[in-house]
Amino acid sequence: MKKIAITSEGPGLDDLVDPRFGRAAGFVLVDLENMNTSYIDNGQTQVMAQGAGIQAAQLVARAGAECVLSGYVGPKAFKALSAVKIKVVQNLEDGITVRQAVEKFKQGDFQFADGPNRESGR
Amino acid sequence: MIVAIASGKGGTGKTTVAASLSRVWERPLVAVDLDVEAPNLHLFLRPVIEESSAAWIETPVVDESRCNFCLACSDLCQFKAISVMGSVVLTFQEMCHGCGGCIAVCPQKAISPGRRELGQIGWGRAGNTQFLMGRLRIGEAMSPPLMRQVKSRLKDIIEATGRDAIVDAPPGVSCPAVNAVMGSDVIVLVTEPTPFGFHDFKLAWEAFSPLGKPMGVVINRAGVGDRKIYSFCAEMHIPILSEVPYERSAAEGYARGRIVADLSPEFRNIFVSLSLKIFELAAGSRVLEATHA
Repeated sequence: MKKIAITSEGPGLDDLVDPRFGRAAGFVLVDLENMNTSYIDNGQTQVMAQGAGIQAAQLVARAGAECVLSGYVGPKAFKALSAVKIKVVQNLEDGITVRQAVEKFKQGDFQFADGPNRESGR
Repeated sequence: MIVAIASGKGGTGKTTVAASLSRVWERPLVAVDLDVEAPNLHLFLRPVIEESSAAWIETPVVDESRCNFCLACSDLCQFKAISVMGSVVLTFQEMCHGCGGCIAVCPQKAISPGRRELGQIGWGRAGNTQFLMGRLRIGEAMSPPLMRQVKSRLKDIIEATGRDAIVDAPPGVSCPAVNAVMGSDVIVLVTEPTPFGFHDFKLAWEAFSPLGKPMGVVINRAGVGDRKIYSFCAEMHIPILSEVPYERSAAEGYARGRIVADLSPEFRNIFVSLSLKIFELAAGSRVLEATHA
């Protein structure tokens, strides 16, 4: 696995993880080989009345992410991510930074989810 | 004439007023329950339902063998009910608003119409009153598409018979409530003189004012609460059409499924007088429009 996306409150590795997936402020994309990062702003998705999870899944898929780290992923987002075989790590603890999440991921501290952990529309 | 009985707050007495007005209305009438999420007008009017049919909304069915994943449908859909993920087309039937846009925009003609049940439309008779209602399918999230189909049936009935209509609208001020009052000629707002009733009444009045329709107020449970609603209506020149007193007998009758106008001559008179005021309100607005024109 090379590229992962972490839901984030800001554009950098030292920003806090945003616990929400569909309505996250944005996604920090990390290349695990060289730790280069890029940022996808998710502001347009945050204001959608519905379908935020699906649109967010499209954004990270188009950016080439192979795995998503987040707090809560709803059922439609999970279905959309699964359709393109993007793996999901959820239940990230509150208050950690993107960098801490990436480090934990590299150490193999996380398990891939086999289902959503949030009801629709939350 | 179509009269919508609406309210901001739920439980203020829309159905009490709609059922009682239907009972005393002197012209040929069709009574309509447009509160499709929780229809209850039939519990009072007790119509004989002569026919009932399922209502459907058109949703996309994708033939992936014809799809070239161009994203046209996915980009068009505001609700993400159809979404292209790589070389997979996902449809979320329950999120589709049935606009047909994806079917129209697909250059490959890969999308054809399927359908999702919205609920049931029933019609029949309660004495001389025609009766029409919608009932949303349990689990269905969108009531306006079903309401539109009930309204289209109402239009047919009105065109064929020239009847007036009394519409029991859903509570609140969101899409379903606005949808219910949109096609009406007069809006009757039912409220109660409590802080909650007043708060939600103002929201409803603000939401419906831009429609430019004549609006009047029925104060139900008059005698409880405070006088804020009265001073607000006076200040804003909103006519108070009638007051239904707060009486135990009304609640008891309602709980037994009785129509409040049937409970006593006094109650009946309140609704007869309300029906006359509604005619005046409708006529007055026409006069006013004529003067402006």
